[in-house]
Amino acid sequence: MLSLQIRGDNIIFASPTSFAGSDDPMLKHVHFNKVLLPVLLVAPQILITLVFFMWPAGQALYQSFLIEDAFGLSREFVWFENFQYLWHDEIYLQTFWRTAVFSALVAMLAMSIALILAGFAERVIKGAGAYRTLLIWPYAVAPVLAGALWVFMFNPTLGIFPFLLEKINIDWNHYLNGTQAMGLVVAAAAWKQIAYNFLFYLAAMQSIPKSVVEAAAIDGAGPLRRFWTITLPLVSPTTFFLLVINIVYAFFDTFGIIHAVTQGGPANATTILVYKVYSDGFVGLDLGGSAAQSVVLMFIVILMTVIQFRYVEKKVEY
Amino acid sequence: MASITLDSLTKSYGQTEVLHHIQGEIQHGEFIVIVGPSGCGKSTLLRMVAGLETVTSGQVSIGDKVINDLEPADRDIAMVFQNYALYPHMSVEQNMAYGLKIRKFPKAEIKRRVEQAADILEIRDYLKRKPRQLSGGQRQRVAMGRAIVRDPQVFLFDEPLSNLDAKLRVQMRLEIRKLQRRLGVTSIYVTHDQVEAMTLGDRLMVLNGGYVEQFGTPIEVYEKPASVFVAGFIGSPSMNFISAQASKGQLTLPDGTTLASNTSANGPVTLGMRPEHLKQHGSGPIQLEVDLPEQLGATTLVHGRISGTELPITASLNGIHAASSGDVLRFDAPVEQMHIFDAQTGKRIE
Repeated sequence: MLSLQIRGDNIIFASPTSFAGSDDPMLKHVHFNKVLLPVLLVAPQILITLVFFMWPAGQALYQSFLIEDAFGLSREFVWFENFQYLWHDEIYLQTFWRTAVFSALVAMLAMSIALILAGFAERVIKGAGAYRTLLIWPYAVAPVLAGALWVFMFNPTLGIFPFLLEKINIDWNHYLNGTQAMGLVVAAAAWKQIAYNFLFYLAAMQSIPKSVVEAAAIDGAGPLRRFWTITLPLVSPTTFFLLVINIVYAFFDTFGIIHAVTQGGPANATTILVYKVYSDGFVGLDLGGSAAQSVVLMFIVILMTVIQFRYVEKKVEY
Repeated sequence: MASITLDSLTKSYGQTEVLHHIQGEIQHGEFIVIVGPSGCGKSTLLRMVAGLETVTSGQVSIGDKVINDLEPADRDIAMVFQNYALYPHMSVEQNMAYGLKIRKFPKAEIKRRVEQAADILEIRDYLKRKPRQLSGGQRQRVAMGRAIVRDPQVFLFDEPLSNLDAKLRVQMRLEIRKLQRRLGVTSIYVTHDQVEAMTLGDRLMVLNGGYVEQFGTPIEVYEKPASVFVAGFIGSPSMNFISAQASKGQLTLPDGTTLASNTSANGPVTLGMRPEHLKQHGSGPIQLEVDLPEQLGATTLVHGRISGTELPITASLNGIHAASSGDVLRFDAPVEQMHIFDAQTGKRIE
């Protein structure tokens, strides 16, 4: 048995020379190079990472040290000047603050609605499958399309919602009103993320032993109380995980929605960090400054990933 | 008074009826064990009393009050689950206090009750721990503690010992019995283990396929099983069944052996004999050809066939017995320990 086990390992990892002269028929035709095969197997992934992640990141890092002239004819190496400029740029600092508010709102809205929906979906007995499938759909919609949907619904002249809102004396125009514009992109961004959060919350709730909830019912806790004192604490690891995921989503994946709905306006009211990278770089043509901003964002991502890896698994309650 | 009445209690899932007109009166302070093979509906019955399953028809009452439509919380019951169902995120103390807190007991009273229960169950040292830091036996105690602090009218136990190892199970079984005696709370206990059923229950309700086969004291159930099912389910090793022809008080076995009996039945019957009631006797009428002896120390189980047939039969002999495969042993069948059942219905014939 043992010798068989060892042979099994040899088949994969030993170099051909180690079997020179071996007359075991099982080993004869299964020879792989010790170094080449593993390298070949991971090469595609490495290549993708290098071309699509490391190279652009390196480019951004390099470009963040450069200042280009307005016509793109010359560039100058300026070390950290772009960063210094950002540090003192009032608008950039405002964008930071706005991004924080935006992310917090999106995460809270998307998570709390998903939690409530999951709480209800868990109780549904008839047609649960259809109900759940429908709730998951929005996740499959591309961000720009989701944005387009909301643009049509809320278009001040054509949309159905401004028409309805007018009946309760709300004058809707997110092209002029910054608060309304922010509300709209928050709603659109949260709507798309609800489906994802819903899936995770539902799975977490279904993994709570049914008897624990029944025990609470016998102990006298009503549905709402059970939700607060049993379900919510027991899904807290999921809550923490989703919080990180949702903030990352709000920071980076909402570009499409914002671009479709408001283009960062009016008057920068919906310009978040990632949108500012785009608008400064590709609209304002300040490539160095834009690259510096993306480097800042890169560090934020690294920080969040560290937080996620360090705490997500530790915070498990049970 | 916390007597429990089950009146024609029926449960259906869609078109499938799983419990059929369950009838039973449980006295105040009585310990009732519902026993049966898995899938017989025993847990469903318990959960209907608990309010975790709806009642399809019939009535459940505690005292004089019909509780069919009451929420579990309003039935004044406590339940111990098979997997303990402790709240994993709360300490032992919080687990036990949870029900009292919801019922808005004063803090001092909660503390007093939790400590008292902890003393009874000897879990005082673990009050600050989380359930995951406890062993199976300790979790079981906490689950019981959570039930007794509430001082309910009725305890419901859903196979509470089946996740424990054999030794701990015996110990906890005794403790549950003692605790129930001490508190005098009406209890219903569900198990598939006939030893638990025999040792714990004041009375047993033997359930099979959603029907009550017999409802009586352990000794009644052992001595006068109402049906072939009960006779085979209760008692270990289980009873031998041999089809026989009865006429004029005599039983004729398939191999032609005749046995004296006091039955009034005529025609085909099923004869039941417990292995421990077969008496070894040099000239006994039953000839057992040994296939396999099992030495248990205190007793020896001899598995074999009735000589010249394929009819299986098991005898239990006292002490260590040197029988080997192929030996033929002869046994007497005492008339007063024979059980005669109708061959068709499986019901007992006196």
